[in-house]
This record gives sequence, C-alpha cells and structure tokens, in this order.
Amino acid sequence: MNYQFNFEWIGTYWPVFLAGIWMTTKLIAVGGVVGIAVGTFCAWARSLGPKWLGIIVAVYVELIRNTPFLIQLFFIFFGLPALGLRLTEVQAAMLAMVINLGAYSAEIIRAGIEATPKGQFEAGASLAMSPIQTFRHIVLVPALQKIWPALASQVVIVMLGSAVVSQIAVEDLTFAANFTQSRTFRAFEAYFVSTAIYLGLAILLRFILIQIGHSIFATKRRASR
Amino acid sequence: MSQIGFWDILTNLIFATGWTVLLSIISFIGGGILGLILLFARIGKRKWLQHVVKVYTEVFQGTPLLMQLFLAFFGLGLMGINVSPFLAASVALILWTAAFLVEIWRGCVTAIPKGQWEASASLGMTYVEQMRHIILPQALKLSVPPTVGFSVQVVKGTALTSIIGFVEVTKAGTVLANATFQPFTVYGLVALIYFALCYPLSLSARKLERKLNAAH
Repeated sequence: MNYQFNFEWIGTYWPVFLAGIWMTTKLIAVGGVVGIAVGTFCAWARSLGPKWLGIIVAVYVELIRNTPFLIQLFFIFFGLPALGLRLTEVQAAMLAMVINLGAYSAEIIRAGIEATPKGQFEAGASLAMSPIQTFRHIVLVPALQKIWPALASQVVIVMLGSAVVSQIAVEDLTFAANFTQSRTFRAFEAYFVSTAIYLGLAILLRFILIQIGHSIFATKRRASR
Repeated sequence: MSQIGFWDILTNLIFATGWTVLLSIISFIGGGILGLILLFARIGKRKWLQHVVKVYTEVFQGTPLLMQLFLAFFGLGLMGINVSPFLAASVALILWTAAFLVEIWRGCVTAIPKGQWEASASLGMTYVEQMRHIILPQALKLSVPPTVGFSVQVVKGTALTSIIGFVEVTKAGTVLANATFQPFTVYGLVALIYFALCYPLSLSARKLERKLNAAH
C-alpha cells in the first residue's frame, strides 16, 4: 500500500465541518429534549394511563423499534407529502429523531416506572396527592434516576444514528464529509476526520448527560432529606 | 413503457429482502465468531489485550455505523482491494456487530458469581477448564436473550448499506420510489418488511428473557 495520506484540505474545508458539527448538535439537542418528553408521556400512558392509549403507544413503540431509522426518515420526508404533510429537510430529520428516541426512551422509562414499589403509589395517595402529583413527584423522578445511564446511552445512539440525515440533504457532519470528499477526492481522509469528530461528540455528549443526571438527582435528594 | 403496479413493487421488494437477510446472517455469524475471539481477549489475563479490545469496542460503539461503512468502502480500496459494496458492507457490519456482542457477552460472564470461580479453582481446575466447564455454560444461558435482541439491531443496521450502493431492500425501495413516484406506498411496504423480519426476533428475545427470569 503506497497511498499518501493527505490532510492538507482541512485548512480550506474546516468551516464546512464546523457548520456540520453545529447542525448535528442542534439536531440532537431538539431530538434529545423533545424525544425524552415524548418518551416520558408514552411511558406514563403504557404503565399508568388508560388502556386504549396504552395499546396505541405499544403499537407505536413496536413499529419504531423494529424498523430502521433510515426508513422512518425516508417515510417522513418522501412519503408524508402524499398525505399533505410537507416538511423541510431539517424539520423531517428532527421529527424522525423525536419519534425514534420517543419510542426507545418510552421503554427505558417504563422499566424505571415499573420498578417503583407499589407502596410508593399508596403513600402518595395517602398524602392526598392527585395521581398526576404522585406521578410527577414520587414516581417519575426516582424512575428517571434509576434509568438515567441507559437513557444517556440511547441519546448517544440516536446522535450517532443521525449520520443518515445527510441522505435527505440535511447539512450535518456527514454531509460535510460527503461534500469535502466530492471536492478533494480525499474520501478516506474526509470520513476518517468526521468519524473522529463523531467519536469526540459521543464521548462529550455522554459526559454532559451524566453530569446533568448528577446535578438533577443530587439536588432532588438533598431537597427531600 | 409499462406501468409498475403494486404487485411489481411488492415482488421486487421481497426479492431484494433476500439480500437483506443474507447480509444480516453473514454479519451476525461473522460478528459472533470475531466477538467470541475478542471476548476471550477481553476477559483474559493479559492487561494489554484487554485494553486493545476495550478501545476497539469504544471506537465502534462510539462512531456511526454509516461512517464505518464509508471507511471500509474507501479504506479497503486504498489497500488495493477491488471492493464491491457487498464486501465493504460485510466487513463493516461484522466489525460493528462484534463490538456490541463482545460487550453483551462480557456482561454475561461477569454476571457469574465470584464464588463459582473460587469453587472451581479450589477443585484444582485450570483457567481453561474453569471457563469450559463452569463459567461459559452458565454465561451462555444468560447471553441468549440479549444476543437474540441484538440481532434486531443487525437487521436494521443492514439498511445503511444501501447508502454505499448495496442493493438490499432499502435501496430497492429508493429505486422503486423514484421510478413509481409512490414513496408513501413503497417506504410503507419497506417498513412493513423490516417489521416482519424484526418483530419475531424482538418477541422471542422477550420470551426467552421471561423464561430465564422465571427459572431463577
């Protein structure tokens, strides 16, 4: 193998990569926050909500968990306009990420909720708390605390999965690599650099999420003492 | 030019599904073999080998599968190998699958109580004998449900190989959607095909897990 690696193009193309990193960050910020909110609602619906809602959520969760993200993305971006729902690329990517993370996090959060001892519900009721108050103060927070590491992993997985949104022309980090390699013909180097950046982002995102978990749940514990 | 009807779309998609299934099987078996080799390095006595495998899993789990596919596609080309999308897809998926399986299986091995190691050591068993007769048979039982569960990820992972030009069911769907201008129907069908492949695997993983928990 006598191929000369060449990374000189970074000097010219780094702004493209920076813009790509920014887009990927925006996608996971929206997808992560809204996705976990959707997941929390679905987890409530499945474990404590009315039965009909639980069934709808179960179908949603199974459909999403058993199909590839890429197909979900294509269906939303190319398929839904047939029903009159036309989204921009970025909107479609965000919606797909929210729907995807919503389904996965619903299962994770549900596991946390179902690990709550029954006595806690009864204790909440005996303090004259409404079911919503019991859920919010007694069930949800300890449940989230229990499953937070798994949830953090899932958010990282969704961030890495977002690499495919470049297929509907969202200008994310993968797009930056595609763009650069098409101009410089340095395909391996371009993808190598973007892979390294993704690895850095994954490690950073995991660190941030763990820190968020520590700060949220530490204060909760102090307040309840 | 003849019209492409619903049945033409469906038969073409089902034909392409064969490639998805084949690639999934190759990735799963190849990844399983490589994962097993890496597992021995990961739980073995040599510190540096443990580290190498740890970094390996960290890198493959911490980067997008799509990037791994691109790097395999262009990287193998640099080595002077004439790469077909199928070869690049197989290589990348095997490496990716192995990285996940080794972590799943390591979890199963470490879940075996320490007393089992001590008991077998006190019977004068060597490390290999301990592994062969005491640890692995028990770890194997624990590992079946999560391994079946992960196979769903492998099937879904093969969808990304369409991006490097391998014609499996996602790529066939893209071609058909462009040809028929019916993306809603085509991608809906593709989603249902994946669901038909993955849902039985998900269900059996769940059933196996319940059986395992009931046994304890």
